[in-house]
Amino acid sequence: MIFLKLFIVFSYIGLFNFGGGYAMLSFIEQEVVVKQAWISEAEFTDIVAISQMTPGPIGINCATYVGYSAVVNDPFIQGVGATHLFGILGSILATISVVWLPFLVMIWISHIIIKHKDHKVTRSIFAILRPAIIGLLAAAAISLMNIENFGHPSSQTNQFILSILICLIVFCGVFWRKWNIIYTTLICGIIGIIAYGLIGI
Amino acid sequence: MKSLDKDLFVTFMKIGGFTLGGGAAMIPLMEQQVVTRHQWLTHSEFMDVMAVSQATPGVFAVNMASHIGYKVGGIRSGIIASLGVIFPSLVIILIIAIIFSRFRDNHWVEAAFKGIRPAVVALLAVPVFKMAKTAKVTWSNVWIPFLSTALIIFGVTPALIILAAGVAGFLYGLTRDDKQTSAK
Repeated sequence: MIFLKLFIVFSYIGLFNFGGGYAMLSFIEQEVVVKQAWISEAEFTDIVAISQMTPGPIGINCATYVGYSAVVNDPFIQGVGATHLFGILGSILATISVVWLPFLVMIWISHIIIKHKDHKVTRSIFAILRPAIIGLLAAAAISLMNIENFGHPSSQTNQFILSILICLIVFCGVFWRKWNIIYTTLICGIIGIIAYGLIGI
Repeated sequence: MKSLDKDLFVTFMKIGGFTLGGGAAMIPLMEQQVVTRHQWLTHSEFMDVMAVSQATPGVFAVNMASHIGYKVGGIRSGIIASLGVIFPSLVIILIIAIIFSRFRDNHWVEAAFKGIRPAVVALLAVPVFKMAKTAKVTWSNVWIPFLSTALIIFGVTPALIILAAGVAGFLYGLTRDDKQTSAK
């Protein structure tokens, strides 16, 4: 039964995924494409691209899409019909399955932290953790400053220059002038549509 | 209580629906909403939740949501905040899966994303500098963020770094405790 298998596989992925969205993508690929063969490699690549392009956590986006596709591709479901409806159920099930076990772990840890918040050991743990987290965040920002996001300096010079401008202006605006992040993102999308879609630089 | 749950759901729905690029990209908006706007957490509490969410299994953004919800209003609020952050993904992905399977080849969509991607990078850089103040980064501990950045770039998993930092902090806390008791 595809629904039971979805529940088991995605619960397993959720519980053993350490290391964020990108780590989860490769985990999902191993379990869903290689072991279970619910979807093809090409289908999975498309799903990853869409998960990256749409808003929301990448791991959740991917689980949602895979849950839908796995059910729609299932021969038994295809025999029954109403594949879209079953697909929607599959996507909800996969998403819930991937989060419920980590949720329990998180609640348990939160409980301990809130209770022992002012203990000396808790305080010194966080005294070291906080600067380490800043490093992780810096690494994420640095690793995203790549050709894929900014364009190639020599072959896509115009895109590269515009990207650097957007990056600097947004940084200054949000850091010093406290620009609203949602509006800023939407305006950058409009700038992209005008620059690359209409003018075609 | 009920209006709190509604606030949590709407806030986390916004966070889930308006951030591109996954967990880390959500941090600036999440900080703005949770710390500055609703004041559910202080700056330093927010950083603690980040550390714990990195070190625990699962999806980072959902872990953040469940902890913040739990802290403000108990288990039910934790569930509501988590559902809020998942909800936009579920709706958007389903629409795409059903109708728009050629979404990513669309000329206009691709153009918009070319404009958004560099902004995502800038939005990630902002909290790095803001949080350095909150975390009390000084000349004596500035090596910690630099070391963790370097380790990530050399391919060490974030969970491992968090775990190591946690253990180091734990041991440091124990020794500091000993010194204080022996001084008395």
